[in-house]
Amino acid sequence: MRATVLVRPKPGILDPQGEAVLGSLQQLGFAVDAARVGRVLDLELRDGDSTQARAELERMCEQLLANPLIESYEIELVEEA
Amino acid sequence: MTQAEPKPRVAVVTFPGSNDDHDAALALEWLGAEAVSVWHADRELPDVDAVVLPGGFSYGDYLRAGALARFAPVMESVKGLAANGGLVLGICNGFQVLCEAGLLPGVLRPNHSLSFVCRDVPLTVERADTPFTARCTHGQRLTIPVKHGEGCFFADAELLAELEASGQVVLRYEGESPNGSVAGIAGVVNAEGNVMGLMPHPEHAIDPLTGSTDGALVLGSLVDAARRATAEPATV
Repeated sequence: MRATVLVRPKPGILDPQGEAVLGSLQQLGFAVDAARVGRVLDLELRDGDSTQARAELERMCEQLLANPLIESYEIELVEEA
Repeated sequence: MTQAEPKPRVAVVTFPGSNDDHDAALALEWLGAEAVSVWHADRELPDVDAVVLPGGFSYGDYLRAGALARFAPVMESVKGLAANGGLVLGICNGFQVLCEAGLLPGVLRPNHSLSFVCRDVPLTVERADTPFTARCTHGQRLTIPVKHGEGCFFADAELLAELEASGQVVLRYEGESPNGSVAGIAGVVNAEGNVMGLMPHPEHAIDPLTGSTDGALVLGSLVDAARRATAEPATV
């Protein structure tokens, strides 16, 4: 089973990387009003059912992949056919 | 001749990517302590009176600065020592590790400027009654260098109010902060007062040859406190 975890800076948290990217995009002439930079993690899980996998992924996010003080996360499970 | 007092023993932990461990050890030795080098993979701490987590870039700052070092085997013992009232000081990357490990409140984020800052900064001592600042006076101005890319201390409004109310802010940048830290926070202590983290590098400010010697006030305070701990071992 594969999973993708998206980690984002929480709303309201100043994101200097996003600000820098926004500035550069605007400099290139693109009509962009906001940019936020997060992180994508692609994981391959050994096995287990999807409920169990989701619970594990929640724990991974809470313990390591995101810092809940400043980041939110989204978990996407990809079940292979 | 009177017999020399036993030197307090202070552990300095080396993680892969630490680079101020030698300077921290040297500074502690200068200030009268015995610095004991500890490797991150050691499960047990030697018999020490205090622990310093030094500056550097443990695990390449991968994921988030300090996020991976908190799982180093030695950190369990560091947590145990802290829980028993032992003294722990985190400098720069060590501060980041302590925040990520939950031993200190808040988190350190990339500098607002996105630039690495490396210069002397003026600081104000907000608390002179901690084991890490007892050689200072309240309101004293210190000059100590910073050198970091991720030193922006962040706490949300609720946590910040709590830290201010409980007097956990020990050092503040004077004037504009070099990194965008909330409320200009440069150093905090835990609620129990035995774990402190700061972004400036006191170990780089002990020798007049390199400028300020104000760092000796911070590390000297720690050595004094460690010496007292040697004299009266904490009851565990």
